[in-house]
Amino acid sequence: MSGPDAADRRVSARTRATVIGVAVLAVAVLVGLLVGPVRIGAANVLRWLFSFGDPPPGMSEQQALILADLRLPRVIVAGLVGASLAASGAAYQAVFRNPLADPYLLGAAAGAGLGATIAVAYGPSGALELTVPVAAFIGALLGVGLAYGLGRSTLGGGSTTSLVLAGVAVASFLTAVQTFLQQQRSETLRQVYTWILGRLGTTGWDDVRLALPSVVLALATMWAVRRLLDVIEVGDVEAQSLGLHVARLRLVVVIAASLATAAAVAVAGLIGFVGLIIPHSVRLMVGGSYRSVLPLSVLFGASFLILVDTLARTVVAPAEIPIGAITAFIGAPFFIAVLRRNRRAA
Amino acid sequence: MGRHLRTVVAFVLSLSVAACGSYDGSDDAQAGNVASPSSEPSSEPSSFPVAVEGTSGQTTIDERPERIVSLSPTATEGLFAIGAGEQVIAVDDQSNFPAEAPVTELSGFEPNVEAIAGFEPDLVVFATDPGDLGSSLEGLGITALQLDAAPTLEVAYEQIEQLGLATGHADEAQALVDDMRSEIEGLVNAADPPSGASFYYELDDTFYSVTSKTFIGQLFELLGLENIADEVGKGSGGYPQLSAEYILASDPDLIFLADKKCCGQSLETVAQRPGWHDLSAVTQGDVVPLDDDVASRWGPRIVDLLRQISEVAEAAEANAA
Repeated sequence: MSGPDAADRRVSARTRATVIGVAVLAVAVLVGLLVGPVRIGAANVLRWLFSFGDPPPGMSEQQALILADLRLPRVIVAGLVGASLAASGAAYQAVFRNPLADPYLLGAAAGAGLGATIAVAYGPSGALELTVPVAAFIGALLGVGLAYGLGRSTLGGGSTTSLVLAGVAVASFLTAVQTFLQQQRSETLRQVYTWILGRLGTTGWDDVRLALPSVVLALATMWAVRRLLDVIEVGDVEAQSLGLHVARLRLVVVIAASLATAAAVAVAGLIGFVGLIIPHSVRLMVGGSYRSVLPLSVLFGASFLILVDTLARTVVAPAEIPIGAITAFIGAPFFIAVLRRNRRAA
Repeated sequence: MGRHLRTVVAFVLSLSVAACGSYDGSDDAQAGNVASPSSEPSSEPSSFPVAVEGTSGQTTIDERPERIVSLSPTATEGLFAIGAGEQVIAVDDQSNFPAEAPVTELSGFEPNVEAIAGFEPDLVVFATDPGDLGSSLEGLGITALQLDAAPTLEVAYEQIEQLGLATGHADEAQALVDDMRSEIEGLVNAADPPSGASFYYELDDTFYSVTSKTFIGQLFELLGLENIADEVGKGSGGYPQLSAEYILASDPDLIFLADKKCCGQSLETVAQRPGWHDLSAVTQGDVVPLDDDVASRWGPRIVDLLRQISEVAEAAEANAA
């Protein structure tokens, strides 16, 4: 069935998809830099880009500032967040063997929301741009840790069902605590809400510095085990019989994916749907092997979020739309279109 | 420059229109079918029963209320400003002005009817009705008066007058409103001709702002200041979230921070934002923290707020000249 011909075809499909993915990402980055509420000529932007940030003659200092301090870090953060959410989604779907698993499944989002709420409501009001992301980060990791510990110890073994159930329970609990705290400090309600809707509007290089190490570490870890994900997806018993430490591998992947999610949530708030639609769209393009799905999810996830963020800041310019609202609004129809097209092709 | 001139002309025009609408003193005509204190025999403050007009309709108050609960910080300020403070037995947890207001744990956002009823009030004043607060209270035989966020200065005046009627302080309320009118008129006249200085009004540190359609936005418009958020289309509901790069490109003359308390913002924190340190408002020191509370209410202290804004605008104009 999988003779040399089929294998060749699969590899060439993967190569083609990778080339397309890189090209799309390059286009997305360019669009993200070119388009914004303030008009800066395309020629100027390109010259600025290829002189590595030296403002070309004819470009005002302010335009250079907008490109260097606002648009570029924002494009980078959007790319990191998109890549993190898409790759984490793919990884969770593999280790839980659940197509609906997404980066927020194991209490990461609820934990991050609680962390952010605590920071806004009880933290020092002067340093929110630092305390909120850090608290969200810690909250996301604690949420996942709690769910994982509960799933393993209380509900028996490391089975996927018990982990998912524990995640749901932990998420409900943390959300309840968050709601209670919000009621106690209703004057901070709006700030928490704004944060939860996604906050790329204030992105700067600080956010790049905050997210980059975790994202790189997490993506590298997932990349390293991408072949094993194919094995684990078949089944625990089968993987075990092939000599794989299933529970250990699952733990490593969950930690990596949660780290990436926590970093994404910390700098961008809660942005839903990316972790579902990107991996599934990629699977429809190149098949189910994680050797393809994982790297392509990174490329397309980054491109997708960069483009969506470009929309968020231009559609109603000079105002903005919360990015989380757009990802779902665009993501759902897009996903359905991909599904339909795939069925017709099959 | 042509654009600038047009803007100035537009603002002078809008100012004169606003002035016609607001300062001819004939508030009775504007009040329409609303019971107006000036039509009452003003020497008899205790003319009960009295019909008062709230946001959600007319309410009849049979006797002078002696146990008032206020769930609205704006109403609390109004009640104390018209001398009805002694009749107030409890105010909500956000009512932090004046200091003598009897703050309780009652919430105006998530009102608990049972907790409110526990105070045995004879009048409950509230702003937002998250569900059926008004009818629930009426069901318990408690008179409820809703005075929701005022869309215009006229409505803010009217609400103070209605509070006066409702509490038996119609004269004081009328005097307060007259005072506010003449003070605001004075400030507006002093700002004529308007400098046309542009400003960015910051609601929180994610760049939510207000347009001139909002209550607070109208105050700035009265002084002839140019709001950079007005560029945003009509669909934004008056409170758009602005793009950072748009704010930078607009380079407003003045920046008003209504997020000092909520988000700890100040000239220093604004100057530290990426790209903001070169803004003229930052280099000139024209980043002005406002009192978040005053700026989000529509009570008597808006006069102080308007005075602060006009002083800042004047100083900035003098600096630029």
